[in-house]
Amino acid sequence: MEFLWDFFVAPFLDMIEYPVFLGEVAISGLLTGVMYSLVALGFVLIFKASQVFNFAQGAMVLFAALTLVGLMEHGLPVWGALPVTALIMVGLAFVIERGMLRPLINQPPITLFMATIGLTFLLEGAGEWAWGSNVKALDLGIPNSPVDVGGMLLNEFDMIAALVAAVLVAVLALLFQHTPMGRALRAVADDPQAALSLGISLRTIWIIVWSVAGIVAIVAGIMWGAKSGVQFSLSLIALKALPVLILGGLTSVPGAIVGGLIIGLGEKVAEVYWGPVIGGAIENWFAYMLAMLVLMFRPQGLFGEKIIERV
Amino acid sequence: MAGGGSEETAAAPEALLRLDAVEVVYDHVISVLQGVSIAVPEGAIVALLGPNGAGKTTTLKAVSNLLRVERGEITGGEIHFRGERIDRLAPGDLVRRGIIQVMEGRRCFPHLTVHENLLTGSYTRKDGKAAVRADLDRVYGHFPALAERRRILAGFISGGEQQMLAIGRALMSRPAMVLLDEPSMGLAPQVVARIFSEVRQLNREEGVTFLLAEQNANVALGVADFGYIMDSGQIALEGTAAELRDNPAVREHYLGLSRAADAGPDEGGHVG
Repeated sequence: MEFLWDFFVAPFLDMIEYPVFLGEVAISGLLTGVMYSLVALGFVLIFKASQVFNFAQGAMVLFAALTLVGLMEHGLPVWGALPVTALIMVGLAFVIERGMLRPLINQPPITLFMATIGLTFLLEGAGEWAWGSNVKALDLGIPNSPVDVGGMLLNEFDMIAALVAAVLVAVLALLFQHTPMGRALRAVADDPQAALSLGISLRTIWIIVWSVAGIVAIVAGIMWGAKSGVQFSLSLIALKALPVLILGGLTSVPGAIVGGLIIGLGEKVAEVYWGPVIGGAIENWFAYMLAMLVLMFRPQGLFGEKIIERV
Repeated sequence: MAGGGSEETAAAPEALLRLDAVEVVYDHVISVLQGVSIAVPEGAIVALLGPNGAGKTTTLKAVSNLLRVERGEITGGEIHFRGERIDRLAPGDLVRRGIIQVMEGRRCFPHLTVHENLLTGSYTRKDGKAAVRADLDRVYGHFPALAERRRILAGFISGGEQQMLAIGRALMSRPAMVLLDEPSMGLAPQVVARIFSEVRQLNREEGVTFLLAEQNANVALGVADFGYIMDSGQIALEGTAAELRDNPAVREHYLGLSRAADAGPDEGGHVG
């Protein structure tokens, strides 16, 4: 009886009693969610444009962060290391198109999926071979300290990170909606063969989406790296992106964003309010549990693209 | 196979497009075309007729080079466009040279608006926004139904409108030649008639050459100048549209006119 009270009633009473604290928890959860969204976004872009489920997205995040830190350790300032890293990620997209996508054209999706697992090992290996395997600190000079916003204590770094992510997503959305290249990209996502028949080069499109996914990986890598150090475990955040994808739908850019936010928010609130009741560590499994529920009741995800079918 | 033998053959210099003994194999083993030869004169409408699986679609895809994504390959013969050998060119290069295919089943992009669909057709063009806008107006002029629907997602317009959109989208590339695959598929007879009359009008007014694959021989021979009848990957019969219409064998097997003069269009099947 007491447990039921603690589980079903007490957390909500706490929320009502201390709304400022709830606000803090919620916003810090959303800010973490933004980073999940970024990783998921990389997946969605590549999946939409080439039907490849890119298992290596997490490794790309690690590789990007390692490259950036490595360049900075060699004396480059941030504003110099960033464009060089971006160039390397674009170069990587060319190499992936030439070495992986082109030879495997017309192969079943599972073959390409396996190839991206191979790519994961390759990127992890290459990153560590080039830059070493010890944990590196990434210091961007942004203070990781709480600031007072309307009575709530929020982490300044998290807020800046979320802002950067929001700008990135907005820019991408504008490019996709309003440029000829974005239109071509959406056309390829809808029907690659019809796009090909109009002279749209699938190779060009693939290089572009993999480059964009690489740039997104840099931003995600910087945020996670600055928070928890640039280390091997960065490539595991890809696993956290999977429930985000299931929640948001594999083909939906807004879904990736909202899915990330929901999971970030949900796991933080669950941890803080229900953690003490059932012994904590909710953050570790909350996302997967939510994904399972979505799979049971709405397998196409919250925002899975509507399949328009006419007879 | 590669490179060699590209000397100009003297025959039929006036043909815009010429296929000489083209052979196509799918998956390295399945022979689909066995020596198909076709000539399409500039400014003509040429119909490619025949039953399901005869190789009509494959013939068009051999020209537009959309075979490779389906594991198909040209293993013999040559294709020339304006005297230039084109059977090794990528689809994009062909579109830039003026050959574009409207695929079977319309294949509009369902999540793009009608307007955006048309714009994707201008992807390969480099002649500037004003020229593209002029062509948009031209296409909307030919298909006023599309103008009314320009902000609607292409997935939500009717089948006939989608067929118009697919043709309009191809026109946006400023083609010299359109390869039109099975435009009557799944459409009501009066819609088919509208689309074919539009094809004829585009041909007469704008000089667009059409190579038209169609199961509905009746309608196709109504607009075409010349026709080829395909069977099992080969050309079984060829002639002017009038000759084919009067040929007793054609009347019996393809026009269904042996018993009653019934001109109901037969339903198109769904075979790539």
